[in-house]
Amino acid sequence: MAALNDEQTMLRDMVREWSDNESPVTAFRKLRAAAPVEGYDPAAWRALSEMGLPGIVIPEEFGGTAFGYLSLGLVLEQLGRNLAVSPLASTAAAASAIVLGGSDAAKTEWLSKIASGQVVATLAIDEGPVHDPAKITATVVDGKLSGTKAFVAEGDSAGLFVVAATDGLYLVSDATGVTRSPRHMTDSRSHAQVTFHSAPAERLGDTKLTAQVIDRATAITCAEMLGMAEQAFHTTNDYLKTRVQFGQQLSTFQALQHRMAKMFTELELMRSAVEGALEAIDAGRSDLDQAVSLAKAVASDTLHLVSREMIQLHGGIGMTDEHDAGFYIKRARVLETMWGNAAFHRERFARLNGY
Amino acid sequence: MATAPELDVAANPLESFRTETRAWIAANFPPSLKGQDNSMSALEGPGDLSEDEAAWKAAMGEKGWGVPGWPVAYGGGGLDKAQIRVLQEELARVGATNPIGGMGIMMFGPTLLEYGSEAQKQEHIPAIAKGEIRWCQGYSEPNAGSDLANVQTFAEDAGDHYIVNGQKTWTSGGQWADKCFALVRTDKSQKHGGISFLLIDMTAPGVEVKPIRMISGQSPFCETFFTNVKVPKENLVGREGQGWEIGTRLLQHERNSLSGGGGASRLFAGKPMGTLAKEYRGEDEKGRVPDSDLRMRIVRHEMDSRAFALTLRRAAMEAKSNQGPSAATSIMKNVGARITQDRAELSIEIMGMAGLGWEGEGFSEEELTQTRTWLWGKAVSIYGGSTEIQNNIVSKRILGMLDHQ
Ligand SMILES: Cc1cc2nc3c(=O)[nH]c(=O)nc-3n(C[C@H](O)[C@H](O)[C@H](O)COP(=O)(O)OP(=O)(O)OC[C@H]3O[C@@H](n4cnc5c(N)ncnc54)[C@H](O)[C@@H]3O)c2cc1C
Repeated sequence: MAALNDEQTMLRDMVREWSDNESPVTAFRKLRAAAPVEGYDPAAWRALSEMGLPGIVIPEEFGGTAFGYLSLGLVLEQLGRNLAVSPLASTAAAASAIVLGGSDAAKTEWLSKIASGQVVATLAIDEGPVHDPAKITATVVDGKLSGTKAFVAEGDSAGLFVVAATDGLYLVSDATGVTRSPRHMTDSRSHAQVTFHSAPAERLGDTKLTAQVIDRATAITCAEMLGMAEQAFHTTNDYLKTRVQFGQQLSTFQALQHRMAKMFTELELMRSAVEGALEAIDAGRSDLDQAVSLAKAVASDTLHLVSREMIQLHGGIGMTDEHDAGFYIKRARVLETMWGNAAFHRERFARLNGY
Repeated sequence: MATAPELDVAANPLESFRTETRAWIAANFPPSLKGQDNSMSALEGPGDLSEDEAAWKAAMGEKGWGVPGWPVAYGGGGLDKAQIRVLQEELARVGATNPIGGMGIMMFGPTLLEYGSEAQKQEHIPAIAKGEIRWCQGYSEPNAGSDLANVQTFAEDAGDHYIVNGQKTWTSGGQWADKCFALVRTDKSQKHGGISFLLIDMTAPGVEVKPIRMISGQSPFCETFFTNVKVPKENLVGREGQGWEIGTRLLQHERNSLSGGGGASRLFAGKPMGTLAKEYRGEDEKGRVPDSDLRMRIVRHEMDSRAFALTLRRAAMEAKSNQGPSAATSIMKNVGARITQDRAELSIEIMGMAGLGWEGEGFSEEELTQTRTWLWGKAVSIYGGSTEIQNNIVSKRILGMLDHQ
C-alpha cells in the first residue's frame, strides 16, 4: 500500500465504514431491483457528497478539497469493494477536464456545483463499443457539437457532459440538442447512448487534453477494479475456509491453495500498478501515460482472473443470482472494457516505449 | 499405393442405406425447420412445439432415429456406427437437427440399458427414445456437490416401497421433468456402499421444486424437496447399495456428452472468431485483425479448438476397440469446458460494450445471446464433475498419483 498521510488514512477509513455499513452489496441488489432512472440511489449520492467526495480532485478555491488522485482512488477502491453505485468516478473524471482545461468562468460556474454533488457530470468519448480515441468523429461547428457517443456511463442522468470531438474536448451543459437512450448492460449500472444535435458547446482544450483526461478516467477506473478484485478474492478465500466437502474444508486442498496464492500475488502487483498510476498523476510525472497503461492492463487481467475464479471456486452456488459472485464478474467485464482493455493498453505501452 | 480395401466391400450396403435415408428424410423433414437449433431449450424450457416440429419429432421417434444406436426392441434405431454416421451426414446435409434429446438420451438411457431390469427397460426406454418423457438428475445436495457420495436424501424401506425424504439441489430442468433418477441413501452406516439408484416420479405427492435464477438471468435449475415421497420398489435400479457404481457410470456418459463427444459440432458452432473480430474491429491495411494481442489470442484459441477436434476424432477411432467411455474422457470434459469458456470470453472481448448488453434496445439479438452464453458457460467447468474433480480423477486414476489425505 502506498504511504498514506493522516488525511488519506482517515478518508479511506471513513469511506470504508460508510461502504460497509450503508452500501454493502445488498444495497446494490436492492438498487438493481428498484431500477431508478438515474441508475443510482440519490440518497447515497447525497451522503457521499456531504463527505465532500465529488470535490476530491477540485481545487479548494472552487469548493473542493484538492486531495488528489491517490485519495480519490482510495475512495473508489472502498466503494468498489462492495459494488457501491455512485456517479463519483464519472463526475470526478469530468471535473478533471474542467480543472485542466476550463476557462475561469467555466471553473467558477461548474466546479463548486460538482464538488457539492449538485451536478452529476460525465465523459462522453467513445463512439463505438470498443474504446478507440482515434475513431472520434463528433464535430463542432460554430460552437455547436454534433455526434453520437455509444456507451456513456451515467448518461441517463448526467447534467453536464465533457465531450470529445475531432479537435479536442468540449463542455456541453445545456440539454438543448441532447438525446439519451438507455443501454441496459450486464452490470445493471447506468450507461446510455447520447446523441448531440448541434448542442451548444464550450471548448476546453485540444486532443492532448482529451488524452490527459482519458488517462485520469482510466486510472480511477482501475481503483474501483482494485477494490472489486480485493473483495472478490477475500470472499472466495473465506468461502474455501468454511465449505466442507470430503469431510474437510476446501481450503485444505493444495490445488486450491496454490490458486489462491497466485491470485494473492497478482493482487499485490495490481495494487502497486494502480497506486503507481494515481501517484504519477498527482506528481504530474511525464510518463504517467505509461503508468496508466500498465495499471489498466494489469488491473484488467487480475480482475478477470479473480472474478472467474470467484465463480469457479464457489461451485454451483456461484452460478446463482442469489450469490454475489455474478455481480462481480458482470461489473468486471464492463470496467475491463471501458477506457481500453488489457490488449489495448499493452499495445499502447509498446507504442509509448517505441517498440 | 494401397487403396482403402474395406471401402469396396462396405460401399454397397452403406450406399443403399444412404439412399434410403436420404429419401426418408426428404419425405419426413419439414423444410421450414431447416437450420433450426434447439440447443437453448434446456435453458429456456420446453415451450410449445410448432406443428412441423411436432411432426418431425414424431417421425424421428417412430423411426427410432432420435437414438439411432439403441436396440430396436426398446424403440431405438438399431443402427451400427457407420450407419449412424451416414444418418448424421444426411441430416446435416439438409440442415436438420435431431429433435430428441435431454438427459434421458445423454445419460440415463444408456445407463438403464446397462443396469436396468428387463421390465424397467421396457417401461422407460421407448418413452425416452420417442422424446415423450423428460428426466432430471437428482444427484447434488447442498452438502454433496463434489463430494457426491455424501448424499443424505434417505429412502426408508417400507416393505414394497420406499419413503424418500431429503433435498436435492441444482436439479437441471427439474421444473419441466416428469421423472428423476436419483442417488439416495438406503444405508447410513457406510458411505459409498449405502447409496442406491432410484427412479422417482416428479408428480408424486411430496415432491416440490423451486426454480433458482442463474447469473445469466435464466432459471433452468431447481431446488428439489422430497417429503415422505412413496416410491415403489420396482423403481430401484440394480441392487440396493449398488447406486454408487451405477451413478458413476452415468457420470461417465454425462462427461462424454458434455465434452463434445456426443456433439462436438455444437462447440464449434457459430462464427469463426476471426470473422467476428473483423466485423467488430475492422481490419488493417493488410486485411488483418488490427489488435495484434487480440489477434494472437484468437489464433491460440482456434488452434486449441482444432487440436481438441483432432483429439475427439482420435478418441472416437480408438474407442472402436474399447467399450464405451473411458477415464480418459475426463480430460475431454476439461478441455471442452476451457474452450467453450475461452470462446465466450473472447467473443465478448471482441464485441466490447456491445457484448455486455443485458436487455432492451441498443443491442442485437445476437449480442444479447452472447452475453447469456458467456455467463451461462461459466457452469460447464462446474457441473458434471468440476474441472478440479476431473483433474483429481486424472491424476489419481490415470497417472497413479496418491491422495494426500
Ligand atoms: C448449471 C448447473 C447445472 C447442474 N445440474 C445438475 C443436475 O441436473 N443434477 C445434479 O445432481 N447436479 C447438478 N449440478 C450440480 C453440480 O454437479 C455441482 O455443482 C458440482 O458437482 C459441484 O458441486 P458444488 O456446487 O457443491 O461445489 P463444491 O463441491 O462445493 O466445490 C466448490 C469448488 O471447490 C472445488 N473442489 C471441491 N472438492 C475439491 C477437491 N477435492 N480438490 C480440488 N478442488 C475441489 C470444486 O471443483 C469447486 O471449484 C449442476 C450445477 C450447475 C452449475
